[in-house]
Amino acid sequence: MRLLRKNLPFLIMGAPGFLLLLVFSYLPMLGVIIAFKNYRAVQGIWGSAWVGLKNFEFLFGTPAWQRITFNTIFLNLLFIVTGLVGAIGLALLLNEVRLKFATRIYQTVIFFPFIISWVIVGYFSFALLNFETGLINQWVLALGFEPFAWYNTPDYWPAILTVTNLWKGVGYGSVIYLAAMLSISPEYYEAAMLDGANKLQQIRYITLPFLVPIVIITTLLAIGRIFYADFGMFFYVTRDSPLLYPTTDVIDTYVFRALRVNADIGMASATGLYQSLVGFVLVLVSNWIVKRIDPERSLF
Amino acid sequence: MTLRSTSVQPYARPTWFARHGGQLILHAVLLLLTLLFLLPLWVVISASFTDETTLTKAGYGLWPAQFSVAAYDFILQNPTQIVNAYGVTMLVTVIGTVASLFVNSLTAYVLARVDFTWRRPFSFFIFFTMLFNGGLVPSYILITQYLRLRDTLWVLILPMLVAPWYIFLLRTYFSTLGKEFIESARLDGANEWQIYSRIVMPLSTPALATIALFTILGYWNDWWLALLYINDAALYPLQYLLFAILRNAEFLTTNTNSSAMLGSVQVPLQTVRMAMAVIAIGPVAVAFVSLQRYFVRGLTIGGIKGE
Repeated sequence: MRLLRKNLPFLIMGAPGFLLLLVFSYLPMLGVIIAFKNYRAVQGIWGSAWVGLKNFEFLFGTPAWQRITFNTIFLNLLFIVTGLVGAIGLALLLNEVRLKFATRIYQTVIFFPFIISWVIVGYFSFALLNFETGLINQWVLALGFEPFAWYNTPDYWPAILTVTNLWKGVGYGSVIYLAAMLSISPEYYEAAMLDGANKLQQIRYITLPFLVPIVIITTLLAIGRIFYADFGMFFYVTRDSPLLYPTTDVIDTYVFRALRVNADIGMASATGLYQSLVGFVLVLVSNWIVKRIDPERSLF
Repeated sequence: MTLRSTSVQPYARPTWFARHGGQLILHAVLLLLTLLFLLPLWVVISASFTDETTLTKAGYGLWPAQFSVAAYDFILQNPTQIVNAYGVTMLVTVIGTVASLFVNSLTAYVLARVDFTWRRPFSFFIFFTMLFNGGLVPSYILITQYLRLRDTLWVLILPMLVAPWYIFLLRTYFSTLGKEFIESARLDGANEWQIYSRIVMPLSTPALATIALFTILGYWNDWWLALLYINDAALYPLQYLLFAILRNAEFLTTNTNSSAMLGSVQVPLQTVRMAMAVIAIGPVAVAFVSLQRYFVRGLTIGGIKGE
């Protein structure tokens, strides 16, 4: 009783956050049982009949699950690698600029896409890529080539999405790496210059080694999230074009379509649980590795 | 002769290019890159100021082939859609951000107070939601079938309200505030609510401002909740209205004053939707440029851990 009285103010203050998480995060966790049921809205979650692993048999019986799993992992890996190289490269360039106001202008512009919503990015890609009037096809025509059917050709899209991802995220990444570079003591560079090291050697032997720990950590944490795709990018930038699904359909878009377009609750919930479980294992594993390298940076 | 000239050489000033050439190339590269980054935005702005028939014939370009403000004119004449969507988005953003900051900071405060006996289990309760989630389908069924929040303003606010990541950021920040503030306030007879509202919150304005900025951005840019839960066009937030227009330009002519006279007057659909996008980006861009350093500061805050 005394314990309760002592903690009462904390319990009251913590209640709103507790209740909201309970409703919007924990109730859906219990709701994963839908994946093992033949859900009917009129019967509700409890009332619907159990079907065991049947929904999963359907999921793993279609070739779709391999496609979406491959696309999710492959594109995320592509984004991780290019994002890393792009962000560090950009930070190295910005780090060399001597005019500080110029650095700020470059940084502002390159960071700008970060605050643009995917819907608007969809407008941008439409203006650049649409077949009849898009800017790029105008240029292609002016150079005397045949216009490209961007939105109908799956093969182009890993590259287009990689560029889009770089455009949107490289400013964000470079801010983090630039901050790390600015924290390197100038003494290292002074000593290296006395030894006659040129700029590239300084980057190779001082700057980059200094970044290794932070690169390893951020990459591992990104790998922990590799089973989750950025839905907005895949939905809006591709204009959800079915012709592009072979290379752009990812787990998140597949679940969304199964739920909202096909109203196939069984398939949608089974795929969703597959993602949640594998995602959970990956986060745990990557965090475990991070913790062994640098306990300070692990999530838990 | 040769001896003399070589002995003079070290004292000769390097040429202007030798001294500044590196920087010059650097600026050229970065300038080109920034122009490339702005290209899509520029093309959309240019298209919004282009004459409709010219755009459909000559296509998008760096400069309007035929300058026209017809698109903006149309929006000014039929502002209902965009004004309404702006209204929904602003309402959701204001209520959402205030409520979110309140709940997140309150939760973070509880986690930061060592006197709270169940601090660790509560912390884990919050943290676990960052590791595992039930996925889309259970949330969707819960919100539509059980909570019946479809087509309400609440559904645009509540699911995003608690942000575990921000809670832990704030918790870390609160812990760095001196314990002596809290102790002396308690000796003066202040209760927990007073310590939170009169001491901890005012001392944390920098952290709160940064998190507020990201929360505002999150609500302002949200299309996900509307995509799932809003069918009623009157409740379309800005981003979702833009999506509806991009998917089907004809959507522009629904609920507009001109729908009756569409037979006679051609609506410049292609350019109007680009103008809509420009109008949607404008305020965000201005706010971003003036607040950019807070964003950057927010990104470099690190060291968040659950327990």
